[in-house]
Parts: sequence; C-alpha cells; structure tokens
Amino acid sequence: MNAELMNVTGEPIREKSEVLLAVQNVSLRFGGVKAISDVSFDIRKGEVRAIIGPNGAGKTSMLNCINGFYQPQEGQITFKGQRRDRMKPHRAAAAGIARTFQNVALFKGMSTLDNIMTGRTLKMKRGFFWQALRHGPAMTEEIEHRRVVEDIIDFLQIEHIRKLPVGKLPYGLQKRVELGRALAMEPELLLLDEPMAGMNLEEKEDMCRFILDVNQQFGTTIALIEHDMGVVMDLSDRVVVLEYGRKIADGTPSEVKADQKVIDAYLGVAH
Amino acid sequence: MSDVAARPAPNFLANGWIKAGLILAAIVATAILGARLDTSGTLYKIFIDPFEQMASAPDLLVQTVWEGLVSGVLYALIALGFVLIFKASGVFNFAQGIMVVFSALTLVGLHEKGVPAWLAVILTLGVMFVLAVAIERVVLRPLVNQPDIILFMATFGITYFLIGLGESVFGGNPKQMIADQLWLPKGAVDLKILGGLVSLQKIDIAAAIIASVMIAVLALFFQYTRIGRALRAVADSHKAALSVGISLNQIWVIVWFTAGIVALITGIMWGARSDVSFALEIVALKALPVLILGGFTSIPGAIIGGLIIGIGEKLGEFYWGPLIGGGIESWLAYFIALGFLLFRPQGLFGDKIIERI
Repeated sequence: MNAELMNVTGEPIREKSEVLLAVQNVSLRFGGVKAISDVSFDIRKGEVRAIIGPNGAGKTSMLNCINGFYQPQEGQITFKGQRRDRMKPHRAAAAGIARTFQNVALFKGMSTLDNIMTGRTLKMKRGFFWQALRHGPAMTEEIEHRRVVEDIIDFLQIEHIRKLPVGKLPYGLQKRVELGRALAMEPELLLLDEPMAGMNLEEKEDMCRFILDVNQQFGTTIALIEHDMGVVMDLSDRVVVLEYGRKIADGTPSEVKADQKVIDAYLGVAH
Repeated sequence: MSDVAARPAPNFLANGWIKAGLILAAIVATAILGARLDTSGTLYKIFIDPFEQMASAPDLLVQTVWEGLVSGVLYALIALGFVLIFKASGVFNFAQGIMVVFSALTLVGLHEKGVPAWLAVILTLGVMFVLAVAIERVVLRPLVNQPDIILFMATFGITYFLIGLGESVFGGNPKQMIADQLWLPKGAVDLKILGGLVSLQKIDIAAAIIASVMIAVLALFFQYTRIGRALRAVADSHKAALSVGISLNQIWVIVWFTAGIVALITGIMWGARSDVSFALEIVALKALPVLILGGFTSIPGAIIGGLIIGIGEKLGEFYWGPLIGGGIESWLAYFIALGFLLFRPQGLFGDKIIERI
C-alpha cells in the first residue's frame, strides 16, 4: 500500500464527531421544478453516511450539488470549514471530493490502468513543458504515481483487467474501476451514487467489503446513495432520508427504520 | 416450415473485409478477362497498360510516388490538426484550414513589418495562443453541453471571422513564405536510380522529416503524459473528467493551441512549396477524405490516411488521368473516401464504437 494511505491504516479513525461537510437549507430548482427544497444535514469525518429515498427524491441532485455539478439557488455547503457558494467540479475535486456515478462514467476507450491514472491528475504537478519532454522530473513523477495506482489495482483485485479497455468489461467490474479512479484521488470525502446498482449478490458483497475497507483502513468519509436496504443498514453509520426533495428523517439506521414517516414514504407496506 | 429451413444462411457478406475482398477479386477477374476479349482496347488501357508503364519506367513511378508522399505528408499534417481537436472535444473543427492560412499570414506579415524571422515565429505562436484562449472563452465555454452540430457550426463562424480578420490586417494578396530566413533548404537532390533521374525537392524532404518528428512527439505526448491522458479523458466523458478534477477550460485551450502550432508548421511547409494565400483553405478540405480513411480519432490514422490519399491521387492523375482528360486529382480523394465509408465507416484506425447494450 502506498505510504500516505499506510499512515492512516495504523490508526483507524473512530472519533466521528467532527463535521466534514455541512449542507444548510439547500434548495435546487430546474425552472419551475423543485428538485431539492430546504434540505440540511451534515457528514461527519470518518463516517459512512447513506442518503436514501424513493426514485426522484433528489438524492443524485444532492450529490451533484455537493461536488459542484449543480449550483443550488439557495442555501450553503460548507466543506472542511470553508463555505462555498459557487463551486466548479474540478475545484471540488481539488478540495478532496471524489465521486462515482449512477450509470458508470468511465473513459471507455482507455485501459483500466489509464482510467485510474486519470484519478491522479490533480496530484501530478509537473508543468506542460516537462510533460511534453516526458523526461526528468515528469518521468519520476509518472513512475511514482503509477505505483500508487498499482496498489489500488491490487486492493480492488482487478489486476487481470489492467490493460483492457474498460468499455469491454462487464458492468460489475466497470463499477469497481470507477471506484478505483475515485480512490486514486485520495479523497477526504467519497461520494458513491448507487455503487451496487445492477450487481449480482456476489458482486454486491465484494463491493460492500471494499467500501468498508476504504472507510476503515484509509479513514475516508463516505456518502452513498443506495436502494438495497440491507446494504444501507449494514454499511452506514447514519442515514438521511429524502422524499420529493425534502428531508423526512435523519439518524442511525435503526432509528430511521423505526420512523413512521419513512415507513410510509419509502419502505411502504410490508412486501 | 421446418426449423432448418427457417434458419438464415450464415452471412459472410456481413464482414466488411470479406465483402470488399470479394468485390475487388470480381473486378480484377472481369477486368483481365475483359481486356483479353475487348477489341477496342479501352479496358486494356484502364487495367493493363498503366501497370505496364509502371514496370517499364520505374524511375517515373518512383518520382510520382515521392510527389504523392510529400503532398500526403502535408494532408496528414492538416488532418492531424483536425484529429487533435476532435479527440479532445468531439468537435469537427472546420476552421483548421483557415488556421493554417492565418498562422502563415501572420508569420509573413510580421516579417514584412520588419520583425526578424525567428522572433516572428515566436510572436506567431503567441498569436495562436491568444486565439486558442479567445476561442475557448468566447465560443466553447458558452456552448458547453450543446449538441456537437452546434459546435460544428460555431467553427464555421470562426472560419469566416478569421478570413475577415486575415484579409483586413494582411490584405488578400498571395505572399511569399520566408523560407530562406527560417533556414529551410532550397533546390533539389537528383538521384540516379532505376535507370533514370529522380528529383527530390529539399524542402519536401525537410517537410517529411519535420512532420514525422512532430507526429511522433504528439503521439507520445498523448499516450504517456498526464495532460495527454486528460485530453483523452475529456474526449471520452466530460462529466467523468470533471469529477476527477480535470478542468475542461484548460484542456480546450491546450488542444486549440496545439492545433494552432500544427497549423503554423503546416502553413510554413505548404507556403514554402507554393505561396501563402487563402486558396490554401480549400486544400485543407482534402483532410476530410483523409480523416474518413484514417478515422477521426487516430493520429496514426491521419498519417496513413494522408499518405494513401496523397499517393493515390498522384498515381491516379499520372497513369489514369489521361484516359478521361486529366483533372482526376481534385476528386479522386473523395472517391476513395466514399469507398471506405461503404466498407469501414470508422476508418482504418478509428476507435471501434464500443457499446454495451
């Protein structure tokens, strides 16, 4: 494992009271449609935070606000104590927010290795000139980052597909590569949009294990959207529930599970 | 109906290569047969005579192929400019041709105003950089997330803007490229081979070498560096690229600037062979068949496509042209491209369209 990650491994962070990201009274509209209205919640350092809710509840919109794809019309988002009004996605990435997408967004024509290498973009500092020469400092740098990427590939057990173009991989593996790309950014906050959608049971179990490992070994804070209730209850420390763009519940999995509003809105009548 | 009857016969023709091969074999067979039976000799003139000429005067063949090779290199350079921008933004940049003219005009114009030649080159590079930034700010940024066709039309706008700007600043008259001042060689090398004299222009040799070096550097850059990787990433998916912290704006400036550098080098080389005028812009359209042949996303494709078109054109003109009164050169390229479109629409080296359904 790479040196920086290793340090964290030694002392897993269990102290979960420091707020890493706070969402305050955020509202997002598309024309007349309110996607999110007046939602507030926080994500604490080191926790796994689940965002759940029925289809169209505004979960993905929420993630898009957090990582800067959408600009909420009202409210504010504070990350690491810094309030941001308008945020560009690449700035959010630079600040330490990585994400995966609901329907995988990989660079299809590129190999697994290259895809994960793109995650190192912000960590590579050598300028255009050295890059063009492909020599000296830029070369050392390339090798050093390559090592980190190989570690991530080992961690996710995808050595066998290193050189394959990801467009050809099965869906489950694509999701894993996408997670790898996000991990390569060594993020402080990792946003996962339905990391287990469309997977079979075995793939789901693998993915769960990776998520927990990332959280516990590297101390990465994780916010995830997921529909599989079993997974959500097992993985997450706290859950926030959205419905029609509003927050209807917030608490530990067992609290949320017992909440009458959640049962009505989401879990519905017993199957 | 039995099951066997209902099952379709295996369709070998579905494979483009097999289909093309069969058609080619059929044409050759009919041609040879026809040439033997034909009394007036038309088929003989088309299918047999040119090859006999090639065999009897190999020095002429070499000369023709060399000339084709050189114009092929220049086509490849123009196509390279297109490929760069297409790879990174999915936009077919109609303005690449005028960028060649504009950069060459700027260089010559600056030199006419008394700027030393090499300083003029540096200043021209500066102008191309400013142009790249301006295009990103004024055209691309406001049109982000618009359909490709809108961006394509926007490049038409850039074309006409640059034509107007170029004409008003430097005038519409053809100019002489400052080849001597840029230490480009003059004259010709005469080779005695195959029982004849083959004459190679030194400037052509220089063009071929410079183009090869530039292409190699670009290919390496794209494949193995962070920025190269970022360029490919942006070409693949904007939103994923943004999520890993790649700035689209920065990448676009880099791509357009790189395309500007390629345009300048093309302009110098082409200008040194003829002169610098707006007519060059039409030549740039030859890059289209080159791209169809090589694939819009492939740098090696642009090169091989350029060479095939260049050599094909010259051979066609020299050996087959007289049969229909000459002038083949202006349309043969498009004809070849049409053939390719029918059998291999993604080009020789284009990215195969990968889609999981």
